[in-house]
Amino acid sequence: MASGRDDFVIAFRSAFLKKKDKQKFSLLSLILLSIVVIILSNINFKPILFMKIGINEIIYRSSVIISKPENFLKNLTLKFNEHKNLFENYKNIKSELENLKEEKIINNFLKLENEKLRNLINENVNSDELLAKVLIDRESPFLKSIILNKGTKDNVKMGMGILDGVYLVGQIIEVNYTNSRALLLSDLNSKIPSVLAPQNIQAVISGTGKNYGIIEHTKDEIEEDLKNNDAIIYTSGLGGLFKPGIPIGKISKGTNNKVKFFSDFTQLDYVRITSFTFGEKR
Amino acid sequence: MASLNKSSFLRAFASYLPLIMLFISVFNEFDFNYLKIENFAFNFVYILIFYWTLRNPDSLGYLSIFFAGIINDVVVGIPIGISSLCYLILCAVTAYIRNITLSPNFVKDWFSLLFTMVLINSIQVIILDLVFLIEIKYMSYVVNSGFTFLLYPVFFVIFNTLNQIIFQKKK
Repeated sequence: MASGRDDFVIAFRSAFLKKKDKQKFSLLSLILLSIVVIILSNINFKPILFMKIGINEIIYRSSVIISKPENFLKNLTLKFNEHKNLFENYKNIKSELENLKEEKIINNFLKLENEKLRNLINENVNSDELLAKVLIDRESPFLKSIILNKGTKDNVKMGMGILDGVYLVGQIIEVNYTNSRALLLSDLNSKIPSVLAPQNIQAVISGTGKNYGIIEHTKDEIEEDLKNNDAIIYTSGLGGLFKPGIPIGKISKGTNNKVKFFSDFTQLDYVRITSFTFGEKR
Repeated sequence: MASLNKSSFLRAFASYLPLIMLFISVFNEFDFNYLKIENFAFNFVYILIFYWTLRNPDSLGYLSIFFAGIINDVVVGIPIGISSLCYLILCAVTAYIRNITLSPNFVKDWFSLLFTMVLINSIQVIILDLVFLIEIKYMSYVVNSGFTFLLYPVFFVIFNTLNQIIFQKKK
């Protein structure tokens, strides 16, 4: 019994403390170093923050170069799939275009009316925009985020919204000198105050870690109602981070209240980083 | 002369191949998301570190593994140091298995990988969820560990072939 315990202790000590011929550091010292790094990386101390930014800059740039072959393969697969579905897509797009043409005529009138009403109450939303290239779009199973090629030197700040065309795709959560990280709407930690139209219901759209979102903080009766009707989701503007009315996604009836985002997060190439201010017209 | 240079280059390249694979995979974060296979994910780095530190520990230095972890954290976007800690715990388990076993057994190694993944994923979940309050999906970890466990034999065969080539070149 005692010898069994001794064997365990010897094997354990040897595994953690002994350095092999080609190992310059023992495992225990490196494990302790990792724990120190975890603690240090979360201290808001300027030199550490600068070091963290430096590490991020180097690693992001290197990752862009190294992931080029994989990106090439990814684009090739996407192109192949697009070609495969070309005719079916053409038919769908044609009928969609007809519907959109009709809607556009009505929308133009509504847009004018909305602008007039806003001017009447002296409320205007001003936005600043910045075009950014997606450097890395690593959608790991645990975190859905993208790296953009704009950072503090381009006046990017935490919390700014990310748009793909007119659709909201995420918000800035980390800013370095020449690049930044944006959390996608599909991430579990993403919570966006929204409004569901035409029902006019306030809700929070939360990511699920998959390619769809869910609505939270609504009453059960409302969720029941959504099961039988379609709904379009827009930002509500609550919290003041985003302007109201940015399209996010839609809920189709019979889909168990799953929010299908308008933008395909795997296809992001260029996005717009936007910030909004509320007040008088500039 | 040319063939001599070529063979020495190949020898050096083959011996550094596990290290090159490790760094490419952490920089790239192979996810195969573009294949759009729902719920498919596996951790190639775990398999790579587990195999090489168990069968040929000289091919992967602990310091390189530590840096690979730092890179992985930055690319994935989780607090720096967590992956390094997990990778090094994986190394500790393989070092322990190496010390207590006289003749390597594939099935025992395979199930040790499962046990180790359960251990390091639990540590990762505790740190991320309870310490840093980052919301994570437990199911993703279960699926990821499941596929990593299932794919280990495939990579075992590939790495074994590579290991034999490296060993022959060294001889």
